[in-house]
Amino acid sequence: MSSVAYKQADYKSDVKPIWCPGCGDYHVLMSFGRAFAQLGLPPEKIAVISGIGCSSRIPAYTNCYGFHGVHGRSLALAAGLKVTRPDLTVVVASGDGDGYSIGGNHFLHACRRNIDMTYVVMDNHIYGMTKGQPSPTTEPEFDTALSPGGTGVAPFHPLVVALASGANFIARCFSGEPNQTADVLAQAIKHPGFSFVEILSPCVTFRPDEKAWKDMVHPAPVTETSDQGKAARRLMTDDGFNIGILYRGNRPPFQPAIGASNVDLSELEKDFEL
Amino acid sequence: MSKSAGTPKVANLNDLLAVAYQIEIDAVDRYNLLADQMETHNNPELVKVFRDLARAEGIHGEEIRRLAGDFDVAAHARQIAKFERSESPEEAELGSAHYLMTPWHALQLSLAGEKRALAYFTSIVETAKDPKVKTLAAELVEEEAEHVSLVHRLLLRYPKPSESWADDLDPPVSQE
Amino acid sequence: MAASPSISIAIIGSGGAGALTTVDSLLETASAAGWHGLFTRTMGPQIRGGEAAGLLRLAVHPVECLPDRFDLMIGIDWLNAHRFGAEIKAGPQTLVVSDPRGGDLPPMVTQSGARVVEVPMKEMAKAIPDGRPNMIALGIAARLLGFTVEQAFAPIEKRLVDKGSAAIAASLAGIKVGFGAAAGIDFGMQLAAPTPSAARRWLLSGNEATALGAIRGGIRFAAAYPITPATEILEWLAPNLSKVGGTLLQAEDELAAINMIIGSSYGGTPALTATSGPGLSLMIEALGLATSAEIPVVVVDVMRGGPSTGIPTKSEQGDLNIAIYGMHGDAPHLVLAPQSVGDCVFTTQWATYLAETLQAPAIILSDQFMGQSRAAIERPADVAFIGARSIASEISGTYMRHAMTANGVSPMAIPGTRGGQYTADGLTHSERATPTSGAADHLAQLDKRRDKLDHFNFGDHWASIEGSGDLAVITWGSLTGAAREAVERAAADGIKVRMIAPRLLTPIQPERLAAALAGVKRILVVEQTHGGQFNKFLRAHYDLPAPVRVFNRPGPLPITAGEIHYAIAEWR
Repeated sequence: MSSVAYKQADYKSDVKPIWCPGCGDYHVLMSFGRAFAQLGLPPEKIAVISGIGCSSRIPAYTNCYGFHGVHGRSLALAAGLKVTRPDLTVVVASGDGDGYSIGGNHFLHACRRNIDMTYVVMDNHIYGMTKGQPSPTTEPEFDTALSPGGTGVAPFHPLVVALASGANFIARCFSGEPNQTADVLAQAIKHPGFSFVEILSPCVTFRPDEKAWKDMVHPAPVTETSDQGKAARRLMTDDGFNIGILYRGNRPPFQPAIGASNVDLSELEKDFEL
Repeated sequence: MSKSAGTPKVANLNDLLAVAYQIEIDAVDRYNLLADQMETHNNPELVKVFRDLARAEGIHGEEIRRLAGDFDVAAHARQIAKFERSESPEEAELGSAHYLMTPWHALQLSLAGEKRALAYFTSIVETAKDPKVKTLAAELVEEEAEHVSLVHRLLLRYPKPSESWADDLDPPVSQE
Repeated sequence: MAASPSISIAIIGSGGAGALTTVDSLLETASAAGWHGLFTRTMGPQIRGGEAAGLLRLAVHPVECLPDRFDLMIGIDWLNAHRFGAEIKAGPQTLVVSDPRGGDLPPMVTQSGARVVEVPMKEMAKAIPDGRPNMIALGIAARLLGFTVEQAFAPIEKRLVDKGSAAIAASLAGIKVGFGAAAGIDFGMQLAAPTPSAARRWLLSGNEATALGAIRGGIRFAAAYPITPATEILEWLAPNLSKVGGTLLQAEDELAAINMIIGSSYGGTPALTATSGPGLSLMIEALGLATSAEIPVVVVDVMRGGPSTGIPTKSEQGDLNIAIYGMHGDAPHLVLAPQSVGDCVFTTQWATYLAETLQAPAIILSDQFMGQSRAAIERPADVAFIGARSIASEISGTYMRHAMTANGVSPMAIPGTRGGQYTADGLTHSERATPTSGAADHLAQLDKRRDKLDHFNFGDHWASIEGSGDLAVITWGSLTGAAREAVERAAADGIKVRMIAPRLLTPIQPERLAAALAGVKRILVVEQTHGGQFNKFLRAHYDLPAPVRVFNRPGPLPITAGEIHYAIAEWR
């Protein structure tokens, strides 16, 4: 792809992550570097956009251009960037609170809009940055200080929502498999349109039970599909631990036309002239 | 789906009275709703047309109530006279309303309603087993046919407006 | 009959009577003949078929405010006209032309002592195939204002070009009938002839002017979420941005809109969104982000009655506080306010230039009155303010996104630039943009963001300062036109008054205001708010050297030149 050979290390900044040792997000950062290197993307041609939360700290840990914005709005910020700078590779990083709760509406519309970008949600089923409150993917019986005895509320199914809303590529990864995750990310980035990659990324501090995820995840028993009906049935019935590319659509990406810039501004004034 | 699906079951004379009563009451409500819409949208001519139509249907309803004598036709109607799959036959079509509509349009709505009512009672004449039901239904058919010709007569006074009746050069108002 | 330099007319009608089209076309007629004019409208709560009044003021001079009273009112009908009656004042000099079948005259007419002439416009229209009463009204207005049938017909013909020849003929016939009917009406007023001028003339709304100013200033991306009364800005930008190498994206909500423009600007494309109070409320958090990350963005708030949903179709200046103080933390940013329809071009262009130059968000406070009025004006002058951001294009060594510089502005690396990679951040950060919670970095960056604004030389554009005298009227925004006229009227009475209307609200300009106020003995603050927000703002930030009186009133009633004139005269 490029004449320069890039290594994973070329995408790592010298800022040291504040993530807890053992956090799945370290692996995700590694996968980012491997995917970018695999694609041979110059770091300055990548923009990593995020909101607020543990996962949203990732841009500063890369050596790419980054934006650590406000809570929940990364997809909107990325949309404004990508439509005006289609030459950039735009990767959006989020978590289950940032992406599915406060950012839920933007998730629907980013899928629907299908702008060429990759949306990575590091899902640990908990708010880590604020010390362990339930998120939209937390199990109903999970006990927290904010939800004594559990929330009693069924978790949200992000992959199904993504499919129904029009995402063009849907995959699930496990952070503990960084090579496979890097491969999926590379494919997601290459695939035109809005690619959604949910990465199960355990929180060792507030969800030590998630250490068991490494034994629960398994490759999806089916090959990827481009059939939305088939994908819907699979996603609705899967156990939440199927790993792999689950849907690869063929909707053309949305890129609003950017006109020629050589029109004289006085042309516009004709609207107003008598 | 059979033609009568979703329409109330008419097994006896009281059922028919209740249904006929309900049809008139539904029509009254609908005409009043349309009159209210026209009031809000400053079409006073149509306010009057729809109120007049509502009043006329109300009188028909009262006639049926009188015909039923001591039988509480309104209460029975609440029990049985439900049109589940379609609107009540004589109700004017809401979706055809327009703020610039003319009396001609209102009479078209009314005509369509009268014709639906006519068709409905005709179907009862055709299918009823109880001779009393058949007889009353036939009377109602006659009545609705009279209404249809009344509307036709009224239409002579209000010719079809020109193609441009809905033109409004003012822009819609952006409100919120 | 003495010629009057200014005449005002209101045409009232409901249920699709076409009052607004009639007035809009009269403005076009007058404008083509060389007059200045301002057309605004007031309406009921219906989307279609509501009661509406088109309000038009024509003059030989620029028109920036409504009149105290209307000289001519034509009531095609008066259904529900009482709903906005308080906004349309009549007086004993007013001539009211009324259709006898148009319903009861509203109190604004019956209580004014106005002369009423009855013309059966509806009946006259019925006699014409496809005739419309508003064309009769147009014919009447044309004759009373001194236009010919041809002059009145020209803009109507243009509008009806797609409707076919029958509609055009019907309209012309209607205008002629109305023109004939007006022959016997003595208006008692005559519009003075316009001053001949070689200047090119424009007819546009404040919202369109704002959009044009944005493009002139360099805006090439807009994010759009519809809201009254700002939507027309976005609707004008949608086709026109794409003509100049830009684009517009419809957002799912205002939270997305503001973040989209931050994303665009971060990528190097100057960006704007337009909204009203409710939308600005949602955008405030991200405006803090743009302040912290030093991303230039422009947000136009076309103010309407508030709080909450308020009165979406009517003007008020109540968003001053949120625009200046809305953000949490100390977040210095630009707040500007245009002063007329024409000034929307300049102020938006200048705001864009300032935002880009200072790498800070700019909020522009327009309002419903300016935004949705259409004005016949002379073409605003071209000005040189075109956004020129300081860009880091050649980078060697460690890139410092928020480096301390003499003027506080640090060259920005645009994504794609090798060696300039950094992460823009809303967290407190160091010069390198890396997050920190250290006291020294926090203070240094707060100082930097404040000083780059405070030390910038904004020049004379910061305010309109006119007249002299020991009484100063301080006002802002769309009230500037009414205040200017009040000051002129006071001068005609022999009372000298100066007027100060800041176009730049923040950063504050204490030395400039002090100079403008030198020697004043009385200060009259005029604003369209309930709580006196502008007065409180002035008192919080400026030393006012003389006693202050405040004339404030919330919308929807416009504050007129006559009322300000009265407040001036009263304080002698």
